[in-house]
Amino acid sequence: MSALFGHKEHLVRMAALFGVGVVAFLILQALLVPKGFGVYGHYRAGALEENRARPIAFAGRAACVECHSDVPEAAKGGRHAGIRCEACHGPLGAHAGDPTEKKAVRPDSKVLCARCHAANVARPARFPQVDPAEHSGGEACTTCHKAHNPLAPGQAGQPGLAPGQAGQPGGMETGGAK
Amino acid sequence: MNHDRRDFLARSGKLLLLTGAAQVAFEAVLRGEPESAPNYRTTDHWWAMTIDVEKCIGCGNCVRACKEENDVPREPFFFRTWVERYHVPEGDIEHPEVDSPNGGYDGFPEKYRSGDGAKSFFVPKLCNQCAHSPCVQVCPVGATFESPDGVVLVDRTYCLGCRYCVQACPYGCRFIDPRTETVDKCSLCYHRITKGLTTACCETCPTEARVLGDLKNPKDPIHEFLRTHKVQVLKPQMATGSKTYYNGLDGSVR
Repeated sequence: MSALFGHKEHLVRMAALFGVGVVAFLILQALLVPKGFGVYGHYRAGALEENRARPIAFAGRAACVECHSDVPEAAKGGRHAGIRCEACHGPLGAHAGDPTEKKAVRPDSKVLCARCHAANVARPARFPQVDPAEHSGGEACTTCHKAHNPLAPGQAGQPGLAPGQAGQPGGMETGGAK
Repeated sequence: MNHDRRDFLARSGKLLLLTGAAQVAFEAVLRGEPESAPNYRTTDHWWAMTIDVEKCIGCGNCVRACKEENDVPREPFFFRTWVERYHVPEGDIEHPEVDSPNGGYDGFPEKYRSGDGAKSFFVPKLCNQCAHSPCVQVCPVGATFESPDGVVLVDRTYCLGCRYCVQACPYGCRFIDPRTETVDKCSLCYHRITKGLTTACCETCPTEARVLGDLKNPKDPIHEFLRTHKVQVLKPQMATGSKTYYNGLDGSVR
C-alpha cells in the first residue's frame, strides 16, 4: 500500500498538469468557437439572421396593388390575371419603398411578349404561341392586344369569351392581326 | 439647425449599415406585407417547392429574377436556378439531348423542328432543399446547414471555400462566388419567405409552374397539389430527402 501512495507528489504533478490542460482547452474553445455555434445544430445560429438580412428586390404583388389597384381590375377574368406584376415590369422593391425614387419602365412589348409567346417546340403545345415576325410583321404587340387582358383583337373586352377558347393554340391569331 | 445629434447618429448609422439600394428596400419591407417578419418562428415552417414541368414555357423569368434578387454574378455564368431544355428521341430516354444556353437567362432560341420524332420540354432546376443533404454532411466547419424550417443555407462568413460541398451536391446546385471565394447556392429566398413573401422565381413565374409551399401549414395549397398529382423528386435513389417535387417529370431527366 505504502508503495502505491509513497510518492504522492508524482500524482499531484500529473493532476496539476491535467488541470492546466483542461483549463487551456476551455479557454481556447471559448476563443475559437463562434458565438451561437451549436444552438440549433452544427452551425452558427447567427447565420440564420444574416441570411434573412439581404435586401429585397421584388416587392411582391401585394405591395404593387396597394397603389395600382386598377390593374388587377383590368386584368380580371383575362388570361394574364394570374401573372404577378413584377414578372413583366421587373424588380420594383425600390419603387415600392419610395414611389418617387425609381419609376417603373414600360417594357417593350416586342421583346417582352416574345419571351413567352414566340413559338418554340419545347413549349407546351396548348400554350398560345406565334411566330412574331409572321404574326405582326414587326408591329408592337400592344397595337392590337391589351397587355393586361390580352384576348384576341376584336374580342378584347368581351366578357362572354371563355378562358379556354382564348387559350387554344393559335387562339390569338384568329382575330386577323396580320 | 433642426438636426440633433441623436438624429444624425441614427441616420449615418443606418446609411453605414445598409447601403443605398438596401436602405430603400429595407423601407419597402417595413411598409408592405412583410411586417409579420418579427413574428416569424422557424419551428412553424417546413419549406418545399413544387415544379410543374408541363407548365414551364422556358421564358427564363425565374433565372433573371433570381440573379437580380440574390446578387448572383452574371458572368462567367453562375446560377442559383437555371432552366434546362430536354430533347428526347422517341423512346430513347437514356440519351436525351440537354442544353441550357446561359442557364436560360436569355430564353431559348428555337433549335428543333416539330415532327422530328422527338419530344422537347423545359425543366427548371434549383437547390432541392434536401432534408438529408449530402452537401451539409461533408462541410468540415459547419458553414452550410439545414435550417429548422427546412432550408439549406450557407454561412458566408464561416465558409472556407474548400469546395467539398460543390462536389457532394448530386444536383450541381452549388458554385463558388468568384468575388468572395465562398460557396453560394439557392437559399429559397430565405430573406423573402421569412417575411411573408414568396421567392423571386415564384413571384415572377408567369405560368405558376413553380410554387413555394409550406408543408407545416395545413392550409397551404401544396398539400392539395401533392395529393392530386403524380410527383417525383430528382435522383430519388440518392435518398437526399429532396423537397423539390416535380410534376410531369420525364424519365430522361437527370
